Amino acid sequence: MSPADLPALGLAELQALFRRREVSPREALEALHVRIAEVEPRIEAYLSLDFEDALAQAERADVNLPLGGVPIAIKDIISVAGQPCTCASKILRNYRAHYDATVVGKLKAAGAIPFGKTNMDEFAMGASTENSSVKRTRNPWDLSRVPGGSSGGSAAAVAADAAFGALGTDTGGSIRQPAALSGVVGLKPTYGRVSRFGLVAFASSLEQAGPLTKTVRDAALLLNAIAGPDPRDSTCLHDSVPDYSANLGRELRGIRLGLPREYLTEGIDSQVRTALDQAVAQFTSLGAEIVDVSLPHTEYAIASYYLIASAEASANLARFDGVRYGHRAENPLNLLDLYGRTRAEGFGPEVKRRIILGTYVLSSGYYEAYYARAQKVRTLIRRDFAEAFAKVDALLSPTSPVPAFPLGERSADPLQMYLADIFTNAANLAGICGISFPGGFATTQAGTRLPIGLQLLGKALDEGQILQIAYAYEQSTDWHKERPPLRAQKTSSANL
Amino acid sequence: MSETAELDVAHVAKLARLDLTEEETKLFQAQLGRVLEYAEKLRELDLSGVEETAHAIPVFNVFRPDEPQAWLTAEEALNNAPRQADGLFIVPKVVE
Repeated sequence: MSPADLPALGLAELQALFRRREVSPREALEALHVRIAEVEPRIEAYLSLDFEDALAQAERADVNLPLGGVPIAIKDIISVAGQPCTCASKILRNYRAHYDATVVGKLKAAGAIPFGKTNMDEFAMGASTENSSVKRTRNPWDLSRVPGGSSGGSAAAVAADAAFGALGTDTGGSIRQPAALSGVVGLKPTYGRVSRFGLVAFASSLEQAGPLTKTVRDAALLLNAIAGPDPRDSTCLHDSVPDYSANLGRELRGIRLGLPREYLTEGIDSQVRTALDQAVAQFTSLGAEIVDVSLPHTEYAIASYYLIASAEASANLARFDGVRYGHRAENPLNLLDLYGRTRAEGFGPEVKRRIILGTYVLSSGYYEAYYARAQKVRTLIRRDFAEAFAKVDALLSPTSPVPAFPLGERSADPLQMYLADIFTNAANLAGICGISFPGGFATTQAGTRLPIGLQLLGKALDEGQILQIAYAYEQSTDWHKERPPLRAQKTSSANL
Repeated sequence: MSETAELDVAHVAKLARLDLTEEETKLFQAQLGRVLEYAEKLRELDLSGVEETAHAIPVFNVFRPDEPQAWLTAEEALNNAPRQADGLFIVPKVVE
């Protein structure tokens, strides 16, 4: 295989070549380096790269390990020892992590090589990656559109073959939605399935790290490596970790898939709706039974989510005070002036908005009206899912009501951006697992093809099942084999 | 009367130790006003008797052996600090 063809491979394929000694980890890393140099000026997915250290790791890689010698891109909110961890924020511009997040330590123990940090919405707050203080990542399928967010750098890198696979984080859809908009696979594990130690905290009761990959099998491989209990995260679940690859290939006869009727009414793009209808037919032909279900509190999820997420963010981001790390304002008059100006200079607009909103809903006199109410609604949303999962094995929906939207289209209106998470954030409130996988294409008026993502939600700790169902669909379609026409767009992108 | 109108961004910014410009204050007042208006939706629900969910999948009694482990050195803990000296973080004077 010629080096130029290597970056298009997924994790499992690459690993097979390593084990047959047809390609070395060094050759794969060098080929990836060349590919990144070629496409990065157009997609701008990375915030930092460290190929020197990665090459040293590749030289001594043990290819018999589960991910031996495989380079993995890491969202810049996850600590990798010795590398920057900026969260795409000015306030952490010069920060370097001194230790590995547990997920990174586990990846390294499985033989993987973290070589670069990917762009994101600042502190993971956003659905388009436009809230990065550093750069705008573009959608590889159409450079005038967003890749989704907040893990937009990870999604775009995987979609553009500028990464073999990546880690992201999902607080309200931040793995699944960019996976959908960029045409890759993204999995949000059950809350507590994966350690949060070493992630820069945004909303502690909602977020999980998870894989963004080219195939469902690769998502299972990465999840195998990162899942499991951690003495450094008390919210981590102690349940043993099954082999998530084990059920792939099992048939769907007897599987019951629920279609939440509330998800079919909320302004879904007609081409997304068509893709869902075709998927329903496809799943039926694969032997699954489709069942109409109701999640009656769906319309309250976004309000509940944003009150809770902002409240937790306002508390978590209090640590950025210009004292122990990060940016500090010049010539402070006193300590309060130091705090106030450091945070004013260091945070971008969306982060400031959420700190204000979160501080307000937690403040004396308003706590009951907003935060406590949102937490009660969260209980109703959990019950909705519990009742649905009593009838079905998993829930099927689009991941996002629309395909990738143009850069700038929603960035001026926070509420519009929040509504982008409409099908994803209830899963975070309920703590259940979810996966987004390629389910077709929409065609714009200009004739550009944009990927459509389908979502499967599974009950807590049922990652194996949603992977099995997504895999069966993937193997019966060709969507995941398509690649964005990056070369063809080379000239037009110069005008952006 | 909804509580929405009561959001005073300038006051909350003080609580949050976050200096805002006049334009930011005005902009956030309008934008967050719309977000809170949207959140008024939650009032449609009868929540009497419904318990709050703080964690979707709570785990209890999580213990680990209380044993010292290697962790950051003082030097490592300090070297991301904007100002430090003699093994300490330097801040403006807090006592006159």
